[in-house]
Amino acid sequence: MRLTIRGGRVIDPASNTDAVKDVVVEDGKIVELTPGLEGRGQKSKIQNPKSKIIDASGKWVVPGLIDMHTHLREPGHEYKETIKTGTLAAAAGGFTTICCMPNTDPVNDNRSITDYILKMAKEASYARVYPVGAISKGLKGESLAEFGELKEAGAIAVSDDGHPVMNSQLMRRALEYAKRFGLLVISHCEDLYLAGKGVMNEGVIATRLGLRGIPNAVEAGMVARDILLAEFTGGRLHVAHVSTEDSVRYIREAKKRGVPVTAETAPHYFSLTEEAVLDYDTNAKMSPPLRTKKDVAAICEGLRDGTIDVIASDHAPHSSLEKELEFDAAANGIVGLETSLSLSLKLVKDGILDPMSLVAKMSTNPAHILGIPAGVLKPGVSADLTIIDPEIPRTIDIHSFKSKSCNSPFDGWNLQGKSVLTMVEGSIVFEEM
Amino acid sequence: MDFVRKDILSVEELTGEEIELILDTADSMKEISHRDIKKVPTLRGKTIVYFFHEPSTRTKASFEIAAKRLSADTVSISASTSSIVKGETLIDTSKNLEAMNPDVIVIRHQASGAPHMIAKRVRASVINAGDGMHAHPTQALLDMMTVREKKGTLSGLRIAIVGDIAHSRVARSNIIGFTKMGSSVVVSGPPTMIPTGIESMGAKVVYSIEDAAREADVIMMLRIQKERLGDFLFPSDREYANFFGLTHEAVSKARKDALIMHPGPINRGVEIPPEIADGPQSVILDQVENGVAVRMALLYLLIGGSRHASDN
Repeated sequence: MRLTIRGGRVIDPASNTDAVKDVVVEDGKIVELTPGLEGRGQKSKIQNPKSKIIDASGKWVVPGLIDMHTHLREPGHEYKETIKTGTLAAAAGGFTTICCMPNTDPVNDNRSITDYILKMAKEASYARVYPVGAISKGLKGESLAEFGELKEAGAIAVSDDGHPVMNSQLMRRALEYAKRFGLLVISHCEDLYLAGKGVMNEGVIATRLGLRGIPNAVEAGMVARDILLAEFTGGRLHVAHVSTEDSVRYIREAKKRGVPVTAETAPHYFSLTEEAVLDYDTNAKMSPPLRTKKDVAAICEGLRDGTIDVIASDHAPHSSLEKELEFDAAANGIVGLETSLSLSLKLVKDGILDPMSLVAKMSTNPAHILGIPAGVLKPGVSADLTIIDPEIPRTIDIHSFKSKSCNSPFDGWNLQGKSVLTMVEGSIVFEEM
Repeated sequence: MDFVRKDILSVEELTGEEIELILDTADSMKEISHRDIKKVPTLRGKTIVYFFHEPSTRTKASFEIAAKRLSADTVSISASTSSIVKGETLIDTSKNLEAMNPDVIVIRHQASGAPHMIAKRVRASVINAGDGMHAHPTQALLDMMTVREKKGTLSGLRIAIVGDIAHSRVARSNIIGFTKMGSSVVVSGPPTMIPTGIESMGAKVVYSIEDAAREADVIMMLRIQKERLGDFLFPSDREYANFFGLTHEAVSKARKDALIMHPGPINRGVEIPPEIADGPQSVILDQVENGVAVRMALLYLLIGGSRHASDN
């Protein structure tokens, strides 16, 4: 089957391409990228009854988007999400590759869970799934998980996710031990003692609402610790969902020094502030919490100047059982796979990122950080790509989500731009053209 | 040459010539252990005190047998049966022992530097039988004796030391000893067990055991200390064996006549599979045999003959 994506604006940071080109896909691979393809070879394609042409004029054709921070909830919490529904949501959101965090039940701290996730993902086949293994057995922060075995089974990185490694000795050893297996260590930076029973950003709104606050130092303090440990051990550190001004500053300064650190933020940290909590909306409850305008500005600046390498959704499906509760009792997190791209496209509208940088943060950079053969459009590579309509108006409707959960604070938002076609290994896994 | 040292505290302080002399002496001492009557009168009338603050099977028995084969009188004190449990400081205990005029005090202690502290305060010769993570000179000497015996030389060899380098006094003493004698040392193990700056002691660091073993003349495996699990150094015995233990594949990368060594005690199935520990290339029990000879040589060189250690 030969397929030509015709006339789209091909944006591929890996090859520094931003030009109108035709992309020819055959047998799951990109075989050609050519301007003015009509002139040659077209005849034979038209004669081939199996050939197909997709008109992508006015649209962007980009390497398949990669979300390196999601939660697929399977095994253990299938009522919130399954690997099938999660990868469907990924495809709908324009993502061809996602990483899933290990906080399943049982925890992904061993080969059998990693095997299971990969098997289910293969069966679903809507997106490529790279499991992230646990840093500590059972996410308990007491002993190292078997990184070697996790890596052999297919884990791409290690993280204790929302159970931050409070024991600095364990974190040091994790960074050291991971080096032997080339594993990235992803850190959810949160000082649990300092966070205490806080449920939202500490500040005037928390005070007014009578909710316990979480100061910025909860995140920035651990960012600083982990940067120092990465610098000392040489282990590769990736800071998850950066939300504060201080964190951005520390990461910027560390990168200048050559520390092996990369960072991501999530769309909600540049789209919302703590004011979203004003109605005690539990869909605005997350960890780290939504911060202030000043922090949002710092996140945008971090994205702009390259301090923040990646936009990842931190897709965290929860059902009404976890969310329709008192604010104090509600679970942290929001779904993000199906809103991430539209929210991020706003950065381009607002002049914070150019299209090339946006694609880099949602595809090229995560591929590079994870060390996976993705995030590039060139002949010979697997045809993992996303077609984006950057102008089409879109009203977020949580009921249209492919995800099993709809815990999103963006319901009803009017945005511009979305993915209209998602292709994994030459197969169209989502199409709304 | 004359051997004029009062103490044996580390390999670092010994010159290449002194190491050669010790090994030459040990070679001749070895013969005594093969006699029908395994005893010579060389150290008759000399008193040796063993002061062991840490568990030991091999080293203690080896010293005891070495002293007895040279006809010395020996007294053994362990931490649990000494006045240390009553709160006496190490210095006070040493001074009290000194007052009984021993010729040699052999000490093993969990604190690095403890033998040095005692050596400064007593007239007797002090032999370090292992201090903390610092040094184990008699082990390194018996290892060098074994390698020299099998290879005919100590120079130009490639020695791979594999395991918990960070916590190993055996590794430190062997790195210093073998490089001093003209061989190269490569170390390997989980990155959590490779100490900062070990390169400055002359060792090259590689991460995989295959790389360490490549073209090696000697593969020396270190005991994995299970009590270290609490320090987050490795996840499990199983994963250690899978990724850091010795394998037939690694052995096949080494020279055909490579020696397999281990200071003991062995964790069979963790750092070394039983069939390699017991296989034809293994010299683990030769190491133990040579331990007696090396310790006889050291006792003889320190207090044998007419001179007394305190004269120096």
